[in-house]
Formats: sequence, C-alpha cells, structure tokens
Amino acid sequence: MPSDLPIPKPKLKLAIYWGAACGGCCVSVLDTHEKLLDIVAAADLVFWPIAMDIKYKDVEAFPDKSIDVTLFNGAVRNSENKRMAQVLRSKSKILVAYGACAYMGGIPGLANFHNRDEIFKRVYDETESTVNPEKIRPQTEYTVKEGKLDIPEMFNDVYTLNQVVEVDYFIPGCPPQSERLLEVFTAIATGAQLPPKGSVVGANEKTNCDECKRKKTDNKVIKKFYRPWEIQDDKETCFLEQGVICMGPATRGGCGVRCVTGNSPCRGCYGPPAAASDPGAKMMSAIGTMIDADSPEEIDKIIGTIVDPAGLFYRFSLPSSILGRKIIL
Amino acid sequence: MNFRPTIVAFLCNWCAYTGADLAGTSRMRYAPNIRIIRVMCSGRIDPTFILTAFQQGADGVLICGCHPGDCHYQTGNYKCLRRFKLISKYIAQMGIEPERLKLEWISASEGKQFAELVNEMTKAILNVGPSKIKSTLEVKHLKS
Repeated sequence: MPSDLPIPKPKLKLAIYWGAACGGCCVSVLDTHEKLLDIVAAADLVFWPIAMDIKYKDVEAFPDKSIDVTLFNGAVRNSENKRMAQVLRSKSKILVAYGACAYMGGIPGLANFHNRDEIFKRVYDETESTVNPEKIRPQTEYTVKEGKLDIPEMFNDVYTLNQVVEVDYFIPGCPPQSERLLEVFTAIATGAQLPPKGSVVGANEKTNCDECKRKKTDNKVIKKFYRPWEIQDDKETCFLEQGVICMGPATRGGCGVRCVTGNSPCRGCYGPPAAASDPGAKMMSAIGTMIDADSPEEIDKIIGTIVDPAGLFYRFSLPSSILGRKIIL
Repeated sequence: MNFRPTIVAFLCNWCAYTGADLAGTSRMRYAPNIRIIRVMCSGRIDPTFILTAFQQGADGVLICGCHPGDCHYQTGNYKCLRRFKLISKYIAQMGIEPERLKLEWISASEGKQFAELVNEMTKAILNVGPSKIKSTLEVKHLKS
C-alpha cells in the first residue's frame, strides 16, 4: 500500500519521551494503527523509551537541534524529568508538549493538593500496607561498595513542561486523539505553514459544547447536582441540564466529544478553550448562572451537592491554573 | 507591626461604587487599604478576576453589589452571589483563609456602611496576617 504521507528527504528525526506519565500518550501514538507505518516511513524514531533501547547518554551525545520534532508527554515531577526536558529542548528544533500532563500538569498535577512531605508521610508511614517503624525515607544518594548510586529527586511541586523549558506547540488530551496527532504530524512532514509558536494544535478554538449533539436549551436551571452514578442518564439531554457536572463549557473541543458520545460527562482533558485561561474559573462562572436559587441558604444547599469542586474543575489542570497549588504552610 | 493589607475591591457601578463615592464626598474617614475596581455589575466579576487578585498578592478581595432585588440588570447580583459561594468553597480547598474573600451588598445611599465595611474587613485581614499565596505560588519556574 503506498504511503499517504510524502516522504521528506532527508527523513525527519522524531523523538518521543515521557516524564511523569502513565504511558497512555505513547500508546496513543501506537493507536495510529497502520498509519504508524507511514510515520516511520516519513520519520526516523531516534529516541522512544517505551519502544526502543537507548540510553540517556546517547541522547546527550546528539548534536544540538538534530531532532526535528520531540513529543514530550508527562508532567515534570522530579529531577530526571527536568534534566531530560532540558536535554530534549536543546536537541530539538520543535518541542511539543504532548498530552494533558505536559500541557497542564494532568492527573499527576493533582499532587499539588499536597506537598512532598505530606505525600512521603502518607506513602512511607501511613498506608495500610506500610510497615516502616524506622521511618525510612527515600534518599537521592546511596553509597554501596561499587560506588555512589543516585536516584532522581522528587520535587515539592508538579510542573507543566512549559514551566520548565520553552515549548513550541501544545497538543492537549488524555491522551490526544490519534487522528489529531496524524493531522499535526502530516502538517510538519509536508512542510506546511505551521501556526505561531506557543499555539495549541490538534484541537479546536471553541468548546466541546459547540460540537456536542445532545439536546440543549438556553435556560439551564439546576436544583441539585448529581454524581454520574446517582442518576439515570436519558442519553440525549445535555448532562448539565440533568444536573450532572460536565466540563464541556470550559473545555476545548477536538476530541470529537468522545466521552459524551459514550454517555459519560466531559472531564476536561483538552484544557480551556482559546478564550479562557483557567478552566475551573470558567466552570464556576458557568455554573453560577445555572444554579436555580436566590437565597444564600438554598444556594449553599445546592453547592453542597458539588462534593469536590477543586478536584473536579481542575482534574487535569491544577499546576497550570491561576492558583497552581494548594497553599500549605 | 508593619503589615499594611492590600484589599482589592470590585464595586458595581450602580450601587456600591456610588455608595463608596458618597463616603468620599461626605468626607468619611476609612482605612486606606482598598484598591477599588469599578465594574458595571457584580455579575460581571469573573472568578478569574478574584483568583488573579489573590495570585498577584492581594491580602483580601472585597465584592460589593446592589442589594438583592435592586440589581440594575435584574439578576446580576444573584449570579454574583452564586459564584461567590462556589469560589469560597474552592478557595477553602486551596488553603486560603475564608476571611480573605467577602461579599456585601451596598446601596447608593450607604456611604457610612461602606466605610464601616472597609474598616471591618481591614481589621479582619490584619488579624489573619499577610497572604502567603503569592510567595507560595511563585512557582519557582525551573527555567534557567
């Protein structure tokens, strides 16, 4: 079968790396299925830890700007992530923050509701399965008879890639839709005019609601919020109008409204639309107009049914939000 | 005691700002700690404004609008109240003291009440102390 993608000469050099990530972003590259063959026909994969055996020192030996495109997925959580972000920045012509974690902090970013001490205490002292009477904590250095060993230092905060190094483009999603990756890759491989540096690519400007097929009215009134398991979804009315919080109004379209199509409310992995900076603020603003009550007591009662606003509205975006983390003194 | 709180106040054009103006033209004395930002309606106050004020170092944020039922645009102040309640719950989860965010209704004739409100809030913030938000949030950007 002839390849759909033109083969640039010389072939592009492509790198894919993961920071604090689950591996789903790397799998989304594999999810291009047979198109992956087109990608490898157009580009040489020079570095991809999930698929290839190559050492960091080999990457460090690459000449500067020798990689055409690096897809960096995952947040920056420890000194190893930071070092590789810096190395890949200097080795790459185009550095892409790939996926919700690299773009906004993602699920690992929820750790910003705590700090390192709290997390270590929970993990190394308190969990039900922990037996640690000597209160041992991980050390970044350890000397054995063969020499000194070091392991990466976990930071107090989770960072987005953009908070650590300069990023050229952002591809949102948890994980990004493989079709959108192909579109972006095709644009790069064909030498098409690329958008200005710092753009979010592979996604729309407008919100998910703009594409959503569910029935909506202009006048949303909510008397009580339900968690998805508390209500029988009628499969056709807007989730918000049924009282289930859906992040659609505060989320960039581009995924094809996949969650809602699968009868699950949007959770916001594509991040805020172009016109909004903070998805949670946008969501609080939107919900403020929908709550059907005017007296403070009744409003309190309705808001009481939103169990965890911070975790819900900033599920994928805490480190990149205006407040960025919980204040812990 | 060198702490001088900075309070960012969002006042609606039709009631609260006029009330504050009355306090001024009546030469009432009140704490000089507020920085007033006039908006057309308390319903215009996007949560982003409040969070940004905190992020940039405000020790407190005060929101004033027309009394319930008096909104120049019918329902703006109710929307403001609902958003305020929601943000209050959110900032509590983020470790920000509840005293730092306040919503009060001030009519155009309530210059005295406005002056008292500012004094009261300044005192409350003096008690809580300086905001740690800005220093904690100065995400030590790892860009070097």
